[in-house]
Amino acid sequence: MSDLFPVSVRNASVRRRGKVLVGPVDLQLGGQGTSIVIGPNGAGKTSLLKMLHGILRLGGGQISWACPTEQAQRQQAFVFQTPVMMRRSVVENIAYPLRLNKVARQEALAEATIWAERIGLGGDALQRPAVLLSGGERQKLALARALIRKPRLLFLDEPCASLDGRATREIEEILTEVAASGTRLIMSTHNMGQAQRLADEVLFVLHGKVAEFSPAEAFFAGPQTDQARAFLNGDIVE
Amino acid sequence: MQAAWLLVTLDADLVEITLRSLRVTLSALAVACLIALPLAALLAVRRFRMRRATIAVLNALMGLPPVVVGLVVYVMLSRAGPFGVLGLLFTPTAMIIAQVIIIVPLVASIAHQSLRDLWSDYHDLLISLNATQFQRICTLLWDGRRALLTAALAGFGRAIGEVGAIMIVGGNIDHATRVLTTAIALETGKGDFAMALGLGFVLIALAVAVNLSIHWLGKTESEGRW
Repeated sequence: MSDLFPVSVRNASVRRRGKVLVGPVDLQLGGQGTSIVIGPNGAGKTSLLKMLHGILRLGGGQISWACPTEQAQRQQAFVFQTPVMMRRSVVENIAYPLRLNKVARQEALAEATIWAERIGLGGDALQRPAVLLSGGERQKLALARALIRKPRLLFLDEPCASLDGRATREIEEILTEVAASGTRLIMSTHNMGQAQRLADEVLFVLHGKVAEFSPAEAFFAGPQTDQARAFLNGDIVE
Repeated sequence: MQAAWLLVTLDADLVEITLRSLRVTLSALAVACLIALPLAALLAVRRFRMRRATIAVLNALMGLPPVVVGLVVYVMLSRAGPFGVLGLLFTPTAMIIAQVIIIVPLVASIAHQSLRDLWSDYHDLLISLNATQFQRICTLLWDGRRALLTAALAGFGRAIGEVGAIMIVGGNIDHATRVLTTAIALETGKGDFAMALGLGFVLIALAVAVNLSIHWLGKTESEGRW
């Protein structure tokens, strides 16, 4: 399967009931590193991620991957802000993407067990119904379910929202490891400390548009726009 | 007293009628579930023109009058009807057909409501995982199986207690198409209330037993289940 990068986003937008949720967006994303999407509530971070991933249909413009779109979508995964817990056990949740790809049940469960143990959900937790997991465990499960597909590109929508410091650190460690193994990460967060720890580049989103897109160091040292500067200072951004 | 005696001695006629009731109802329920559950899942996952109208019609058909269904099936299966050549009128098969028509909208409607909620939970995940439409439907049916039991039980309840349609298409023929409900109607008409009551007790016991065993098999109320 050929690589999906670089990806070129041209004039892309998403509309719903006549209202523009995202866009127009113009971006060029390379195949390495971690991009952190930040911005105030309602700025369109989630919608931007969903648009890039293809969950939200484009209302205009285009997203061009380096390979056919169908191939590109198979190389991506998405971790949602509120993890979807399927009505199955932990191990079956993690194995689900493999079962969709017609991997034999035993093989899928064996692979899922390895991933579950890797993220700290092994042992007794394997057969527990996923809905009984705590917030942090759910997020880890969602991460394992995404990673079992061995995605080239992983979208994460505020994966550490409402998690405590320890759970956040555990997730960050997994993400750092994943990024080091060559998976491209695009992640939204409200946690500026986390953004500084993980980001190679930053997309500052405001009113559905990418107001600033720059290397992380440059962004945190001196944002180009007044809104980004105000946002970093903790001021209200209009 | 006579009713209790019939039950205790496992009267042969009573057993035969009871087993026929079960066979007809469970067959109808199985066929209805095969039609209604995938239909409900399809309506949940697929957006198409007239979808809302289809759901509205399905909901409206829940109140389908059984006697009218019986009449229509009678006309279709009678010698002069389009399916008369099959010779199905006054057979258990005709009764099953009538019951299927009556309970499909009910099962589909209740199942659709559960699966629609499940789909709203799963929507983004399944799209993100590039699940095909068939895979989405299978996933909803599997993960929603316990909720779907409720739909099936509602269908069973409606079918086992049905009398109008099966009386018309079955004819209430002794040792052929007589079931509990038609037998109760007959015995009441004859003035044999003891027998009618006995049959009534059996019908209630049957409905409760099937419901309980399905709940037990499905472990619907177990901790950590759905």
